[in-house]
Amino acid sequence: MDLIEFLVKTATIFVVFVLTLVIAMYSTWAERKVAGFIQDREGPNRAGWGGLLQPLADAGKMFFKEDFIPALANKWLFIAGPSLAMLTALLASAVIPFGSTFKINGHEVVLQGVESNIGILYVFGVVALGVYGIMIGGWASNNKFSLLGAIRAASQNISYEVAMGLSLIAILMMSSSLSLGEIVAQQHGANWNIFYQPLGFIIFITCSFAECNRVPFDLPECETELVGGYHTEYGSMKLGFYLFAEYINMFISSAIISVLYFGGYNYPGMDWVYSQLTQALGSETGHNIATLIGTAVFFGKAIFFIFFYMWVRWTIPRFRYDQLMNLGWKKLIPLAIFNIIITGAAVLFLKPVITAWLN
Amino acid sequence: MNSTVSFFYFLSFLTILSAVMVVVSRNPIHSVLYLILTFFTLSGHYILLNAQFLAAVNIIVYAGAIMVLFLFVIMFLNMKQDNEESKTNLTKIAATIVGGTVFVILFGAYRKSIVPSYSPETFDSQIGMIENLGHLLFREYLLPFELVSILLLVAMVGAVMLGKREIGERHF
Repeated sequence: MDLIEFLVKTATIFVVFVLTLVIAMYSTWAERKVAGFIQDREGPNRAGWGGLLQPLADAGKMFFKEDFIPALANKWLFIAGPSLAMLTALLASAVIPFGSTFKINGHEVVLQGVESNIGILYVFGVVALGVYGIMIGGWASNNKFSLLGAIRAASQNISYEVAMGLSLIAILMMSSSLSLGEIVAQQHGANWNIFYQPLGFIIFITCSFAECNRVPFDLPECETELVGGYHTEYGSMKLGFYLFAEYINMFISSAIISVLYFGGYNYPGMDWVYSQLTQALGSETGHNIATLIGTAVFFGKAIFFIFFYMWVRWTIPRFRYDQLMNLGWKKLIPLAIFNIIITGAAVLFLKPVITAWLN
Repeated sequence: MNSTVSFFYFLSFLTILSAVMVVVSRNPIHSVLYLILTFFTLSGHYILLNAQFLAAVNIIVYAGAIMVLFLFVIMFLNMKQDNEESKTNLTKIAATIVGGTVFVILFGAYRKSIVPSYSPETFDSQIGMIENLGHLLFREYLLPFELVSILLLVAMVGAVMLGKREIGERHF
């Protein structure tokens, strides 16, 4: 790998990193605005126009609070907990394709941190690791409520990972590729996977709610039963990191949903737009602007799903713990297996018939 | 030394160090965390061998699922460091003898075994990619693959049977 390529990759990863952080930061603002809208009140409106500086104010407050570690806590693991939560939350954004390519002087730059032929497995692996931050933090606090929250988080994440993996298999059977870039490229135009996999999508989004520990599955921090759950003992920026990691996870899972089921940067009529732009502005500038529009579409979809998360949070009450487990093991997993069988049958028998009929 | 070789030595050092720390550390939670680190470094070795699928699956299955369960159980048992001393000298001697025997057997097997060599010119670096692995598994090794899946199914049914609440058992 020559130096230019290395620098371009570094710049791409840095941009992806900063974008993830900024979107997560403004998700905290949007969460309160959406809550305000749903509950018929204003939401934050003091710091800056419409409360836009509120995330900065919160971060400042968090940083200047006393950084407290309980006396009997395991000090290193207490610090490692939120750090791991942030680390695993940020890792997944590396393989997400944010757009197609940029052309600069004939060089093509892919708008994706790392194009890997196991992209979706990488995301799945990072998601599987996400629980460690919560478990380690909860255990290191040396508090019964934190420990219970951590154990709930672990069992919940493991249970819902199974159904999530099974719902992904149906997508992989259709696209016959594990690379996220390839999966997006196959959904060109309006050929989105959601039209072929509605059941898989519902299973996937339910599981991603559970994996992000969002309402209605926020049992690990269920304050009516567990005080504050796994972060009872946390304060200052450590607590801030835990909460922030949740918003990063939300953005990442929204982006993954958009990539897997809603065509990522693809939109209906993109070929027409592309030809109009390349004719009007020349092949290079036109291509770049078409890519920018695609990226905007991608972020639009991702932000819609972030909004969906918030909408659900302020609409649906929390599940009980046995309901959560029953839903995961007795309903979602059989449904996901059923979905795999249906998809396999459709790919084997229905697809040849339809392609023969269309031709 | 080129960068791959030095990276290999660094990874190997980290692997052995964390594996030793699994045995040495007195706190079971620390042991589990070092074991997770060991799996990560092993995945790093797989990536160095260009076996990306194996690396990802190693992380998902071992670090992501099995180790979470380990951690889960250890947190539930709430092991304290003070019942570390309950081991008698007899146990320690027996453990040393068993461990030493296993080591001698492994070492002897390693010395006797003939490691097949490969030529760097004809080596296919894409052999660990998921497509090639899939072709190999579903064409040449189809029967073993299916047998393993039956074995896993039997294990799963057994686990469900064990976990099932029996009639008349107390309902928590």
